[in-house]
Amino acid sequence: MSTILTINNLTKKFGYLTAVNDLSFTIEKGNVYGILGPNGSGKSTTLGIVLNVVNKTSGDFQWFDGTVSTHEALKKVGAIIERPNFYPYMSAEQNLKLVCKIKEVPYDKIREKLELVGLLDRKDDKFRTYSLGMKQRLAIASALLNDPEILILDEPTNGLDPQGIHQIRSLIKEIASRGTTILLASHLLDEVEKVCSHVVILRKGKKLYSGRVDEMIASHGYFVLQSNDQEKLISLLEDHQAFGRINRDNGLITAFLNEPLEASDLNKLVFEKGLVLSHLVKRKESLEEQFLTLTEDQSN
Amino acid sequence: MTRLLQIEAIKLWNNRSSRILIIAYFVLLTSIALIAAIKFDIGPIQFHLADQGIFNFPYIWHFNTYITAWFKLFLAIIIVSMMANEYSNKTIKQNLIDGLSKKEFILSKFITVVVFALISTVFVFVVSLVLGLIFSDYNEVGIIFSDLEYLIAFFAKLVGFFSFCLFLGMLVKRSAFALGFLVLWQAVEGIIYGLLVWRTSKSLADTVHQFMPLEAMASLIKEPFSRLGAVQSVANQLGEEFSKDYAIHFSEILIVLVWVAFFIYASYWLLKKRDL
Repeated sequence: MSTILTINNLTKKFGYLTAVNDLSFTIEKGNVYGILGPNGSGKSTTLGIVLNVVNKTSGDFQWFDGTVSTHEALKKVGAIIERPNFYPYMSAEQNLKLVCKIKEVPYDKIREKLELVGLLDRKDDKFRTYSLGMKQRLAIASALLNDPEILILDEPTNGLDPQGIHQIRSLIKEIASRGTTILLASHLLDEVEKVCSHVVILRKGKKLYSGRVDEMIASHGYFVLQSNDQEKLISLLEDHQAFGRINRDNGLITAFLNEPLEASDLNKLVFEKGLVLSHLVKRKESLEEQFLTLTEDQSN
Repeated sequence: MTRLLQIEAIKLWNNRSSRILIIAYFVLLTSIALIAAIKFDIGPIQFHLADQGIFNFPYIWHFNTYITAWFKLFLAIIIVSMMANEYSNKTIKQNLIDGLSKKEFILSKFITVVVFALISTVFVFVVSLVLGLIFSDYNEVGIIFSDLEYLIAFFAKLVGFFSFCLFLGMLVKRSAFALGFLVLWQAVEGIIYGLLVWRTSKSLADTVHQFMPLEAMASLIKEPFSRLGAVQSVANQLGEEFSKDYAIHFSEILIVLVWVAFFIYASYWLLKKRDL
């Protein structure tokens, strides 16, 4: 598998503030990566550095095999950071022609990409007349003009209405299904969970985790339970070796697993002890819960 | 290089206000020919400006380059805004992300400025040549093509001024403020000059003043009016004698070119240093 981007010990300081702190990770071809972190965790700054618009303080990064200059490499990259930036007085097509010139690709891709994002019928309208969702889709079309090796998106659904969010997400999935590597920065956990296979989690410029989304925390999930005798159920669970932490709220018991246990086995076990469950759900922790666990561990 | 020029052409030509200003500028350049039409015909006083010798070769090169250089203020607005708008639209960021290097970005602006200056020079050359051929009293080829260094100075003056505008657009990032800064800078040069005259000597003040950017550009082509035959003869009658040096000096062009290099490099340095 070939490497697209390597980041080594990257640091960026804005005065006394350290926005990115000794960050290292690599992006391999063919995966969908998420950079996840709360606002101000250094996601955009990191992308800004590798995209040649923010100057690093120390550390280094290299595109592809490191033999080409950053701006040459960027011609093989498609990226939008923060808001879509185009010339407001120019039409969609004129804006894309300009991008073609910069990226040194022929004009004939324009039609295809506008069609992909569903803006072909609006191609002659000025950019300033577009809604935010359309602007964002035009930005994606622009980023795809050169059929990039990697597509970098920074908060692509920020500020969009639910319909717009849905359109952008299905677009991203479609692009990913064609084999394009994607790097998606977001503070929305479910977005990363829905779209990405790998994740880098940042907090205050530091990397907390990087790896596959499904391996983020070695977790066996948890049960949500209710029965005719809650007290008895709790003492039963506490005695069982498979369970760790047990919480009780709103009449429901949440019991976290330390080792694998099937829901049917638990049901059987409880019934044998003379208890009847009125509620039994087995869940995997969502990325959100895992994320909160990770960030909390770090702040303590 | 053509790629960089094309990039800039797309940006400028699709903007309605800059398109109108560019067209207006070149129309104005041509309109200097209208001076020829200035005629007063009030009874006994008959005055036809074209007959006063302003279109005589080689004087016309001096006169026309001096007059048309004023119109550069039109282009200054475009140039300042073409730089400042990249900041306000944040397109400078997108251009860099799309794979334009910082060097190419500055270069594309600089090439555009040079092309503007070049086209202006060619325009003035053609218009002056036509006007001269119609009205000049002297039509020998040797005279027609003498003193062409005024065109070189005109070109240098425009490139210098436009580079200054680019730099201000880059530095200030807002077109209106950058233009304000340009006016302010003109005043600053005047104030420094005044202070030097007051505190030291006029000769020292003149020496320093000629190295300041706007003054260096302004003094490249001196005012041509006192050189005009009619004015000279009036002055002679009044017992005044003009003995001014109207020639273009290579050293003066060099000062302007040094400023050009400074402004362009400083713009590049600013872009390199800034986090966008």
